[in-house]
Amino acid sequence: MIPSEFEYHRPGSIAAALAVLEEHGDDARVMAGGHSLIPMMKLRMADVPHLIDLQSIDELKGISVEGGKVTIGAMTTQHELITNDALAAAAPIMREAALLIADPQVRYMGTIGGNVANGDPGNDMPGLMQCLDATFSLHGPDGTREVQARDFYEAAYMTDREDDEILTRISFAAPKGGQAYEKQKRKIGDYATAAAAVIIEKASGKVASASIAMTNLSDTPVFSEAAGSALVGSDCGSDAMSNAVSAMLGDIDPTEDNRGPVEFKKHVAGVILRRAIERAWSRA
Amino acid sequence: MKDLEDRQERIDNLKGLGCSRKRVEDARFTQGKGNYVDDVNLPGMLHGDFVRSPYAHARVKSINIDAAMALDGVVAVLTAKDLEPLSLHWMPTLAGDKQMVLADGKVLFQGQEVAFVVAKDRYVAADAVELVEVEYEELPVLVDPFEALQSDIVLREDIKDEKEGAHGARRHHNHIFLWEEGDKDATEQVLDEAEVVAEEMVYYHRTHPCPLEPCGSVASMDKINGKLTLWGTFQAPHVVRTVASLLSGIEEHNIRVISPDIGGGFGNKVGVYPGYVCSIVASIVTGQPVKWIEDRMENLMATAFARDYWMKGKISATKDGKITGLHCHVTADHGAFDACADPTKFPAGFFHICTGSYDIPVAYVGVDGVYTNKAPGGVAYRCSFRVTEAAYFIERMIEVLAIELNMDAAELRRINFIKADQFPYQSALGWEYDSGDYHTAWDKALAAVKYDDLRAEQAQRVEDFKAGKTRKLLGIGLTHFTEIVGAGPVKNCDILGMGMFDSCEIRIHPTGSAIARLGTISQGQGHATTFAQILASEIGLSADSITIEEGDTDTAPYGLGTYGSRSTPVAGAATAMAGRKIRAKAQMIAAYLLEVHDNDLEWDVDRFVVKGAPERFKTMKDIAYAAYNQAIPGVEPGLEAVSYYDPPNMTYPFGAYICVMEIDADTGEHEIRQFYALDDCGTRINPMVIEGQVHGGLTEALAIAMGQEIAYDDMGNCKTGTLMDFFIPTAVETPHYTTDHTETPSPHHPIGAKGVGESPNVGGVPAFSNAVHDAFRAFGLRQSHMPHDHWRIWKIANDLGLHG
Repeated sequence: MIPSEFEYHRPGSIAAALAVLEEHGDDARVMAGGHSLIPMMKLRMADVPHLIDLQSIDELKGISVEGGKVTIGAMTTQHELITNDALAAAAPIMREAALLIADPQVRYMGTIGGNVANGDPGNDMPGLMQCLDATFSLHGPDGTREVQARDFYEAAYMTDREDDEILTRISFAAPKGGQAYEKQKRKIGDYATAAAAVIIEKASGKVASASIAMTNLSDTPVFSEAAGSALVGSDCGSDAMSNAVSAMLGDIDPTEDNRGPVEFKKHVAGVILRRAIERAWSRA
Repeated sequence: MKDLEDRQERIDNLKGLGCSRKRVEDARFTQGKGNYVDDVNLPGMLHGDFVRSPYAHARVKSINIDAAMALDGVVAVLTAKDLEPLSLHWMPTLAGDKQMVLADGKVLFQGQEVAFVVAKDRYVAADAVELVEVEYEELPVLVDPFEALQSDIVLREDIKDEKEGAHGARRHHNHIFLWEEGDKDATEQVLDEAEVVAEEMVYYHRTHPCPLEPCGSVASMDKINGKLTLWGTFQAPHVVRTVASLLSGIEEHNIRVISPDIGGGFGNKVGVYPGYVCSIVASIVTGQPVKWIEDRMENLMATAFARDYWMKGKISATKDGKITGLHCHVTADHGAFDACADPTKFPAGFFHICTGSYDIPVAYVGVDGVYTNKAPGGVAYRCSFRVTEAAYFIERMIEVLAIELNMDAAELRRINFIKADQFPYQSALGWEYDSGDYHTAWDKALAAVKYDDLRAEQAQRVEDFKAGKTRKLLGIGLTHFTEIVGAGPVKNCDILGMGMFDSCEIRIHPTGSAIARLGTISQGQGHATTFAQILASEIGLSADSITIEEGDTDTAPYGLGTYGSRSTPVAGAATAMAGRKIRAKAQMIAAYLLEVHDNDLEWDVDRFVVKGAPERFKTMKDIAYAAYNQAIPGVEPGLEAVSYYDPPNMTYPFGAYICVMEIDADTGEHEIRQFYALDDCGTRINPMVIEGQVHGGLTEALAIAMGQEIAYDDMGNCKTGTLMDFFIPTAVETPHYTTDHTETPSPHHPIGAKGVGESPNVGGVPAFSNAVHDAFRAFGLRQSHMPHDHWRIWKIANDLGLHG
């Protein structure tokens, strides 16, 4: 658990960080909270000759809720997500999910930007961002571009972000309707065996719209349009939920690990999704 | 009345037996002021790190150290070739086998030590490890002990033709021993003729003690005066000194072994590891101090595991539930080397305590030890030697028998308990249980949890479940365990030939305070607190005025160390006996001072009083001063004593645990609604420390039963080498525990104490596991192996058709 030698950089601005990134190319990587990257370096599974710590860049921090739009700086910690009342009012699912990430010590350091940018299929925020239809802002040498969370993830640890880009900001429209985040894990600090983010809008006693995504059941987060559609127009009863679960099971592709075999994970995915739908509907 | 109050105040001031005195260690530990091995930093100290095998079984074709040696700051890279001239490339194990210190031609488990890099700092050492080029030729891997006993694959080529091992005949090249106890023929006959026989394979999976602090050592060879000082994570520092002397040829008086503060041991720090040997050799070679500290992954993958017992049981009974016989055959997976930490004559430890709390007239146990491509070990993880396996086995077999008999498992236990008037009780497998009152404890436990109400609620729950009203099941996990601790009588207990006595040496200072040194070593048990209490009650000085010191072989008397809950039964007894020697001399001094005959005095809390004249007395403080400032005819100056205590028998703590568990049949998640733990550890020295021990032991039991394991894939890769996958409960997963007690003193221990630190693990594991099993009993479950993590519980439900 001793990393190879590396150079530590701590730029004070996005521009300065991009400059270091440009200078060292493949030899450099940016670090947010460090909870994924540092263990990888200590295990010598990641070789990072130039480590760029983003923690001193103030423009990457902060939460704003204005005109129904939520904007969160990439270096905002999970702890700050939990304690921000404006965010909790605009999108209660954010606090609900963040409270299920790791433990308080990790949440003081872990950031939303690191969580979404790393592309780890076990992370909670990517699925939630897809459920919320969030937009990620990426700063690169050629300026800024935006990409939808639903288009961002390509494979495990592979995303649409280029090596010379920094994910700087996350934004989404404050969701309407009932929201729920449900997660099964083996213990505090563990990744999900299965987790579901569900947002349901209700009109005249029926489901008007539904957005559903799940976590750690494939090599990317799984936003299932079909699962949401299965609920729309229904009274969110048992049959509609079964249809949504069936649709989701068609979209996930879990693999066996120490949490259990594929058959178990699929079953749990269905149970967790059903519970998330029930709770979201009860809040709609 | 005033006198009585005064006397009670004097008793209270001692903070002796029965006082919930706060732990004196904690002021230091809670402020980060502990002094652990990794806190030892010496001038010029070098750092060692291992090159380890990525393969579970491979031939080592070549090792090229050139690139590593070329790295600036690298001082040496040791391989087996370098150790061979010193005959240190292999070392003896505690179990009579031998173990490679560094890979000698082949590797036998993933993570095995292949080369030892020594460098000027820790970072360079880690870089150099990457530069050592080892060429391996992979060999077929054996991870299943049953397959290993049939396979043509030879694991231990060094002994493949040896038909005799340390514990008798070997019938196959991967076989280590067959150890038997009891009457096989008589047991088989009883089973053949029995009205009812229940048969089951009970597997206690491989797990690991995983102490908070991993293992490590600092060796410092002073070539000028020829003295070797060794700091290390040693649960038995004196034995380490003797072993180090025998291995290195350095005379024992020239070796000083120091166990500083130890961050938990749980059996993991009993054995001798290649890291210790390599740090010593490297210090001898370089003439500089060498530190080796393993990391968490190395600790989990390469240092001593626990359990891994496949226990095939048969238990017979009459139709009305009276047990008539017990038969057990164990296939014990010992890994690549037999490095079990057991007393020499007991290759399966005290597993033959497996008749448990029950009066079983005839029994037989046979244990086959087997080599596989897994890490060596087999230590007593928070239990006495293999007692947790034994308790789990019998408590599962009782449950299975209850199913076979269609009886309530609490009632089945009650009608088979050894009765209070049968103690001392001679078990069918050769133990003499010292004392116990199981029925009283059992009735108290059942009443405390309102057992009948729980069963009624459970029956209703089963109906509700079947009617589709709930998806949660209720399990009631019962355990009545009997521990066997305090190893042990020198006549049959030794480690590497050293009898398992223990010791205490006391010096009373002139002003009436004291220091006591013991042969044991605390790893968090609170010895500095509780041993002072034993002594306070014996010699009448306040525990606050007594320093307890352990772990330095230059100052402490020889002892066999701390494991197997032996400290209180053995060293605690030595402490009381040494205290009594102090008191005997004090009586002579008091008699002189009071100008009466010795026999005219009687002991009263903290003083000697003239019989019939209570106003004439001398306190222990007065006596201590007199011992140093007066010439007393016929009495040597000073007030010191030493006692080496050879226990006449083991002690047999017991307890009744009940776990009430809710289980989600759909996700396999569980919630522990109630956990009641009644412990009887004989005389209770410090109730608060006991409660802390019970809480800690139960939490480790929870971990083991509900998720913790060392698992391997078919290639022998360790799948649980980090705390991501190796389950350590946090406060969130840990339930509330209700503790309770009865008090049945040991008749042969000077203060009647039996030891408690490991009882909660011994009793806790079957209580948690039985709760899981019990939840599914109504649906036909007989046996499902631990750990009961989510997917395995889910699988029980799935296999029973509970998912529709």
